[in-house]
Amino acid sequence: MSVLGIAVAAVWLTPASVAAQRPAAAASAAPPSAAAKPWTVRRTPDGQPDLQGYWTNSIYTPLQRPKEVTKEFYTEQEALESMKREAETEAEVSEGPGAADVHFDLTQFGLDKSQSSVALTLRTSLIVDPADGRIPPMTAEGQKRAAERVAARKQAGAPTDAVQNLPLQDRCIHMGRTGPPMLGQKYQNNYQILQEPGYVVILVEMNHDARIIPLDGGPQLPPNVRQWLGSSRGHWDGETLVIETTNFTDKTAFQGSSENMHLTERITRVAEDELRYQFTVDDPSTWSRPWTAEVPWKITQGPIFEHACHEGNYGLYNTLAGARAEEKAAAAAGKKPSN
Amino acid sequence: MTLHEDGSVINTHSIRRYFRLSFGAIVTGIVLSLAVTAGAGQARAYKATRTRDGKPNFAGIWQALNEANWDIEGHAAAPGLVLALGAAGAVAPGLGVVEGGPLPYQPAAALQRKQNFEKRLTLDPEVKCYLPGVPRATYMPYPFQIIQTPKYILIVYTYNNAVRTIYMDDHKEAPWDSWLGWSNGRWEGETLVVDTTGFNDQTWFDRAGNFHSDALHVVERYTATSPDHLVYEATIEDPKVFTRPWKMSMPLYRRLEKNAQIMEFKCVEFVEDLIYGAVRKQSGQ
Repeated sequence: MSVLGIAVAAVWLTPASVAAQRPAAAASAAPPSAAAKPWTVRRTPDGQPDLQGYWTNSIYTPLQRPKEVTKEFYTEQEALESMKREAETEAEVSEGPGAADVHFDLTQFGLDKSQSSVALTLRTSLIVDPADGRIPPMTAEGQKRAAERVAARKQAGAPTDAVQNLPLQDRCIHMGRTGPPMLGQKYQNNYQILQEPGYVVILVEMNHDARIIPLDGGPQLPPNVRQWLGSSRGHWDGETLVIETTNFTDKTAFQGSSENMHLTERITRVAEDELRYQFTVDDPSTWSRPWTAEVPWKITQGPIFEHACHEGNYGLYNTLAGARAEEKAAAAAGKKPSN
Repeated sequence: MTLHEDGSVINTHSIRRYFRLSFGAIVTGIVLSLAVTAGAGQARAYKATRTRDGKPNFAGIWQALNEANWDIEGHAAAPGLVLALGAAGAVAPGLGVVEGGPLPYQPAAALQRKQNFEKRLTLDPEVKCYLPGVPRATYMPYPFQIIQTPKYILIVYTYNNAVRTIYMDDHKEAPWDSWLGWSNGRWEGETLVVDTTGFNDQTWFDRAGNFHSDALHVVERYTATSPDHLVYEATIEDPKVFTRPWKMSMPLYRRLEKNAQIMEFKCVEFVEDLIYGAVRKQSGQ
């Protein structure tokens, strides 16, 4: 139901029309020294740099640099071609356990990024550090944990054996990429930032998460209290909002992280219609060194609609019920289920 | 202190706040607020502190302290439905929050309510971790936070981490039905008035099966009576279910704990075996 909201709210910007955006896009994509314009960020009445508005972090650039790409920046021509290639795949999306049988056409309801605001960045990966644009190698401990997680999943049985075996996003519990860190995904990458004295609030459309970030310098939650989204505290570093997040659960597992991941997000308004969002992941028990990514957020139109994911999750029930029906049919036919 | 135009004396420091915030300090100008009966009988002498744009400032973490969660009407204590929970699952007794009574159900709706009550263990949307609806979200036994800006007021509830936007200047008709409805807000002097429509027919008022249809129209009024108290009033109109509009009211209390915050309450995980257990693969299958 609420999934349709974006179709109404979307700003039309096809990859072809992106070309018209070149000057702004080039500024956002260039190395940090490019801020030559005398633009300054507005202040809220209580003196905070004003980040408020509706934003989208839809982007075609992959988190990690593709192995066959060896440079940090594309030319504009290459970047546009890359976006166009990615945009063409949006009509045909298959994922999850039913991938072979089910596909989604994200363009049908305007859910695709190409019908929304998408920043054009010349970067070949969102990861800016390390310089190779890729997540650093896992430590021995990180590899061991990853292997244990795979083994535990295997032991739990087939994905459709039990609801707990299915991906968290299918279960409407945690959308892995809406974070924190907030990376955006295939669709519905909409956020609203609100500020009042003492707080910055980031309303994340999917999955109706309001990240309430206190700025009072108070402590994080006690270490024994763990949350899917962690515990966030913020402060201003000049024009930049810095959010420190700890207390993740072991199940949050961002890109294979442990519960001890320390996340630092930095949000800076670099233009009236653009934020620079950077995040650094520090988890020595998982990766040999911290790593940092940068995503441009473009201004978009509201409102943020109610994302009642769990309430309308018929697909989840039907996936499981379908698997049981197949097993029953297979048993009746006297053969082993194909699943 | 200030002399207000209606003749009441306004205190800027309540005694309670003095003891909490100003330990050991000498504070002058403490006066008791002079209650003035106004409107629907609420004490209205208090003038709330102001936001930078001059509106009553309701930002903060609040919570109802009553038993409407079990039944918005007056009710005696009663056993719960889950044997294993014993007294921990009991219904707490309460005087109710509905003004006048009983609830003016149409005959068919009264029957529906009775059936809801009998089957509440399976029908109550709270049991399934569904979004709570309005006004129920207000008096569930958890805190909620009001985030106040001139154009948008956000209410973030603990239960299910439900979040609701009140549009203060971009008023529009509900684009379609939703669990928490579409809320247009306005200021009437000291009072925040929130007009909400566009509900679906899936939410209830409490655990006792009191319900509404998709024709529900809720008008809420939030008015401060001290730095740490709001009076909450909700007028309920639903011509498909009730014979006339009716009203509930209750105080809301500020959560004063240091580091008070809305914590994560993602309850979907807690109800998966309940909802999907029947389609789980059985061992030996």
